[in-house]
Amino acid sequence: MTAPSDRVTVRLTVNGRPVAHVVEARRSLADFLREDLGLTGTHVGCEHGVCGACTVLVDGRSARSCLLFAAQLDGRAVTTIEGLTPAAGLSPLQESFRVCHAMQCGFCTPGMIVTVTELLAQEPTPSTETIREAISGNLCMCTGYVNIVRAVEQAVAARPTQARA
Amino acid sequence: MKPAPFRYARADSLAEATALLAAAPGDTKLLAGGQSLVPMLNMRLVRPAVLVDVNGLRELTGITPLPDGGLRLGALTRHAELAASPLVRERAPLLAEAARHVGHAAIRNQGTLGGSVAHADPAAELPAALLALDARVHITGPHGAREVAADAFFRGLLTTALEPEEILTAIEIPAPPPGWGFVEIARRPGDFALAGVAVVVWPGRRPLTLPSPPRGGEGSEVRLVGFGVGDRTLRLIGAERVLAGGPLDAEAAARAGAAAGADCDPPSDVHGSAEYRRHLATVLTERALLQAAARLAGHAR
Repeated sequence: MTAPSDRVTVRLTVNGRPVAHVVEARRSLADFLREDLGLTGTHVGCEHGVCGACTVLVDGRSARSCLLFAAQLDGRAVTTIEGLTPAAGLSPLQESFRVCHAMQCGFCTPGMIVTVTELLAQEPTPSTETIREAISGNLCMCTGYVNIVRAVEQAVAARPTQARA
Repeated sequence: MKPAPFRYARADSLAEATALLAAAPGDTKLLAGGQSLVPMLNMRLVRPAVLVDVNGLRELTGITPLPDGGLRLGALTRHAELAASPLVRERAPLLAEAARHVGHAAIRNQGTLGGSVAHADPAAELPAALLALDARVHITGPHGAREVAADAFFRGLLTTALEPEEILTAIEIPAPPPGWGFVEIARRPGDFALAGVAVVVWPGRRPLTLPSPPRGGEGSEVRLVGFGVGDRTLRLIGAERVLAGGPLDAEAAARAGAAAGADCDPPSDVHGSAEYRRHLATVLTERALLQAAARLAGHAR
């Protein structure tokens, strides 16, 4: 048993890279990613799990990084928007967001991309209704969501057939 | 929106977690999924000195079939697991349906059954499903283990039978009822319900747990539960009495719905007035009962 401590050592994988850090116990995963690792693609909006802007993948499943403490992530694998972005250019999903004008200010976009990435991993050909429900936990104050839903539908339609099977 | 400083400990066993909790029970919080606790920490509504992370406790995991047709669900079972598990869908379809309505995907991936039950939000789906199902809550503390019926567990606003030095370890639910229904109204998918109703119907079974059992021969046992309509997950006793001893048909469902309004004591807030929520309870009770009646008809065929 480890005695309760206000500093915690964590070893985890972030975007495929092993990371070891001593963090303050109360350090959120979101602040850890942004301020300790410089991964500022994860956006911090409401800090209480409502807006979805800080959504990341933990072991492949979506999570609010404002509702996890970095201290809890020992041994886990975190993927952020940086990890979903190719070294050059955009991923097909990101490209579809660009083409469909699925953003205005862009603040919600990383969380949207992460959320939709999990959706498409679980359900490669979602209905419009399923897409709308999947992004219902990600607030966008600009677009009215119509173009975001369209971007996801176009990304699905543009996939090679075998990937959708 | 940062939590006040706290100390963090990762427990590796139930015994360790119990010991850590016993060291300062009033000033220690257990951290499981964190989907309710961490917002409260971030808003500094709670400021515990110590957080004990119980996510590594194997004793609190697992979905196990019971010989009587029921299920034992470890407290760390995530909402997403409840919604997806073939075993839960087969043996506790009401619970699987309720889990689908909890929050958004990211919240269902993290949030736990035990956490939802221990937190006891009056508008939460899982406590309502468990109360309808007559579940039993398993608890461990420094003086050993005990179990509490769901009827005795939910005591008031965010208040349960759980003592500060105790840990909720598992939930047991009986074999699935032949009739059940679950409906809620929320502004968006994933929002807390403005109001919701869960119902379980056992034809031919006398009511066992009503505070004063209604007379009425060979009626069904009906457990009707409202959520978002009071200070806690609420049995709709008046509506249950209306149904005692009679057939469950459209007319009975409507009469029970009308009675359900008086069973509620809903809050008024920016999302809806008490009057509106009471109206929803009436409509949703009727709809949930019609769902249960349809399932019973399918069952009898």
